[in-house]
Amino acid sequence: MTRLRVLLSRLSGLLRMGSLERNLDEEFHFHLQLEIDQNLRKGMTAAEARTAALRRFGGIAQIKETYRETHGLPVIQVLGQDVRFGFRMLRRSPGFSLLVILCLMLGIGANAAVFSWIEGILLRPFPLVAHQGRMMAVAGTNRAVPGHDDVSSPDFADFQKSCTLFDAFIVDRITGTTLSVGDRAQRATASVVSANYFDSLGVRPILGRGFEPAEDHGRNAHPVTVISYQLWMERFKGDPEIVGKSQMLNGMPHTIIGVAPEGFYGTFVGWAMQFWVPASMQELFDPGGYKLEDRGARWIEGFVRLKPGVSPERAQAEISAVAKRLEDAYPATNRGRGIQLYPLWRTPFNNAGTLFPTLGIALVVVVFVLLIVCANVSNLLLVKAFGRRHEITVRLALGAGRGRLLKQLLTEGLILTAFAAAGGLLAANWCRNLFVLLLPARGGVAMKLPGDLDWRVLALSAGICLVSTLLFGLFPAIATSNIDLASSLKAEAGGVVGGRRRGLVRSSLVVVQVALSFVLLVGAGLLFQSLRAVQNTDPGFSTHGVLTSSIDFVAAGYSAQRARNFEDELIDRLQAVAGVSSAAFTRVAPFSYRSYSSAPIAVDGYVTAPDEQPTVDYNEVGPAYFATMGIPIVSGREFRRADNETAPPVAVVNEAMAVQYWRGQDPAGRRLQVKGGWLRVVGVAKMSKYRNLMEAARPFFYVPIRQSVSGSILQIRTPLGPETMAKALVREIHALDPSLAPGEIITMQENVDRTTAVQRVAVAMLGVFGGLALVLAAIGLYGVMSYTVSQSKRELGLRMALGAGASDLLRLVMSHGMALTAGGLVVGAAAALGLTRLLGTLLYKVSPRDPLAFAVALVVMTMAGLAACFLPAWRATRTDPVRALRN
Amino acid sequence: MAKEKTDVLHGSLALMVLRTLDTLGPQHGWGIARRIEQISGDALELNQGTLYPALLRLQQMGWITSKWGASDNNRRAKFYAITRTGKKQLAAETENWERISGILARFARQPGESS
Repeated sequence: MTRLRVLLSRLSGLLRMGSLERNLDEEFHFHLQLEIDQNLRKGMTAAEARTAALRRFGGIAQIKETYRETHGLPVIQVLGQDVRFGFRMLRRSPGFSLLVILCLMLGIGANAAVFSWIEGILLRPFPLVAHQGRMMAVAGTNRAVPGHDDVSSPDFADFQKSCTLFDAFIVDRITGTTLSVGDRAQRATASVVSANYFDSLGVRPILGRGFEPAEDHGRNAHPVTVISYQLWMERFKGDPEIVGKSQMLNGMPHTIIGVAPEGFYGTFVGWAMQFWVPASMQELFDPGGYKLEDRGARWIEGFVRLKPGVSPERAQAEISAVAKRLEDAYPATNRGRGIQLYPLWRTPFNNAGTLFPTLGIALVVVVFVLLIVCANVSNLLLVKAFGRRHEITVRLALGAGRGRLLKQLLTEGLILTAFAAAGGLLAANWCRNLFVLLLPARGGVAMKLPGDLDWRVLALSAGICLVSTLLFGLFPAIATSNIDLASSLKAEAGGVVGGRRRGLVRSSLVVVQVALSFVLLVGAGLLFQSLRAVQNTDPGFSTHGVLTSSIDFVAAGYSAQRARNFEDELIDRLQAVAGVSSAAFTRVAPFSYRSYSSAPIAVDGYVTAPDEQPTVDYNEVGPAYFATMGIPIVSGREFRRADNETAPPVAVVNEAMAVQYWRGQDPAGRRLQVKGGWLRVVGVAKMSKYRNLMEAARPFFYVPIRQSVSGSILQIRTPLGPETMAKALVREIHALDPSLAPGEIITMQENVDRTTAVQRVAVAMLGVFGGLALVLAAIGLYGVMSYTVSQSKRELGLRMALGAGASDLLRLVMSHGMALTAGGLVVGAAAALGLTRLLGTLLYKVSPRDPLAFAVALVVMTMAGLAACFLPAWRATRTDPVRALRN
Repeated sequence: MAKEKTDVLHGSLALMVLRTLDTLGPQHGWGIARRIEQISGDALELNQGTLYPALLRLQQMGWITSKWGASDNNRRAKFYAITRTGKKQLAAETENWERISGILARFARQPGESS
């Protein structure tokens, strides 16, 4: 209490410093007058009375100073002085200040940008959504198959009913449709959501309403939609009367019931949603039939929000217990099935999980860059401090306290950081949305991955600034304020190459920089090799000469039968186009963002383990699919047009499946049970990759598209380029139906490259920052060496006078510089051996200790070291011995 | 709340000021200084000026207040008065002082051990 009161009265005193002086004068004057009057009464003369009073009172100036210090807050007043003085010092050498500020800006800006990405993409990825800190992603697990799975509607409802630690269970399944149809179809991403979606997220539509509980139920019973602000503005020109109007979605008229607020993009990391439909519309928007009442049909991706104060572990324990009960109650559908809660940044079904390792590495990289920057600035300040030795010495000799001096030097550092922070944050704000540029659009829809520069990021950046000021400012400040007065006031002694204690600090800073840069270079090298290994992996299908496109029959309102007829006619027409060797429809193109169908299977003669429920992914493909894709059939045959609705159901399995379920015997002619129906295996396809290049070989099978759902992806084998083919494709489609249009048309190579985007981002990031670090380290080394040379003029001159040749001096300086570099390389190599393991999942077929990456980094770093030392060394050989010795 | 460490003179000066204001009522700086000199029988060598920073500190503690007013000879002067918390502090300091001086007195009366 008392202390607070004192602080407050001191703070207010700070504001009344002006009136203080006048009042104090008046009070002292009054006091002295009374004392003089009394002395006069004692019989002193006027002069005596005055002198006695003044003596009695004591030194007025000192008392005033004590009074002033007590009155205000000396800390703030001194700080004010330091800041003013600091500004003067920085203005005196603007070039130096600018260099330091630019260096720091790079470090602080890079950190703030990465913080904003992590905040906006991983930690609080959903703008306008309340309580994201308590949100978790929900996914199913299957004991037999690693990775995540979706959740069925009945299970989801049971979790909602039985769990007590959760505020909300939210269904959110990504879907999409094709909106504008002209020459090019426009994809729009959307979500099938539970009716509680908007209320639970705390998002209030700006027009109309959100969904109502009844809209969760009934088979395609509630064709209503809430549209995004962006869609409202772009497609409906901000029509204020939009609510109640109708919009065709997937061939069914939907009533627009609401408009979401601006800045709400839904809850899918990576894409901005354009509209939302209630769960009852699942069948229309999620292929594979009506799933709301089928416990075996898993389609829900969702989120939960924990009640306040509930730990993720307790929530997981409760939901797992419920899942166990369901497993016992419904063994047919739930055997081996569990539930896994994920923090938002590890959400497996959106881009958070994919980007998590990359952003983690980005964070490590920018922290490294910041450390390098600090080491560099520290070195620059040391040089500067040396130049100010005279000033400091004089101030110390005049009685300035070392603590006071230290404070002043750190204040100067803080001023530099403040400028750099302002610039760095501006740059970070500008880079906020840059991350998405590193990633390609997928399925014709640009990704949306906004960074978020909120107060948390700002606070963290401020913390980084303070810590880095201490890091780079403390060394020089201590070194400077510890000047030995006696020796400094004596004539300046000449330096010796490689001598002096302060040289040790500077040298270690250089060693640190070289070491950190080396680690970054090794990381960049490893990731680059990994990327090359990924790109050199054979996907098992042709990537050249195969184009992929799509036609959205559902959005155009085609019935299944009409779509099939259209497909057959289009394939016939395309095969007549000059240059096209074959074409086939399929439901999913390999490496696309769509997921494959998956089903529990049974095989004659294959005995399952008690808790095993074999589940295999499969694709629905048209006739000549294998020929079009260039996937060899190793035995049996591929699908023909005759494999249609009326023909007996057939399947083609891949080699891994043949090995696992038929123990390597030729399965052609054997039976395979899928979803209760029996298929006859007619062929075995060679192994290929299905989702990405890095996946391990796994069982997979194909069914004819005619005997399953309809497909919408078109694969064309042709040497023609995408542009030429696009024209031909539009022409052929329009000949059949002028209202239809294909989606984007790209090569399969492009499709494959898009899946390696994450690796390429990591390589780009480490490459750029590794390069910057290299430059900074080289500048640091150059600085130290030129400084050493300039301080050792006398020694160099002496050596020359004693007969040393230019090459001797060159060798002397170079060997000193390269010794520093070598020290850094040793430290860096040790650090890199420990750290590269962190690259973990991003490394493909490359050991974290790959000798080539280490060797390349070693060579590059050595070259940079040689280049940085050469100029100072060359300058050393130009020493004029006569001048050097005379000075 | 931790008390500031003050040297004996500092602490005793506060005690003297508070006691003076408690006994005599509101006083200006010179009045306080005179009173302290009189009570100590002019035995205390004190620069009168050092009283003022002490008065400021006591104000910041909230133990005394100050107000500009007119003196006997009708000149503007700053008058200091003790507050309620000041009186409490005075009681506490007096007790503390008596305890310490009691202890010191016992030490002073102790016969020398060297003899």
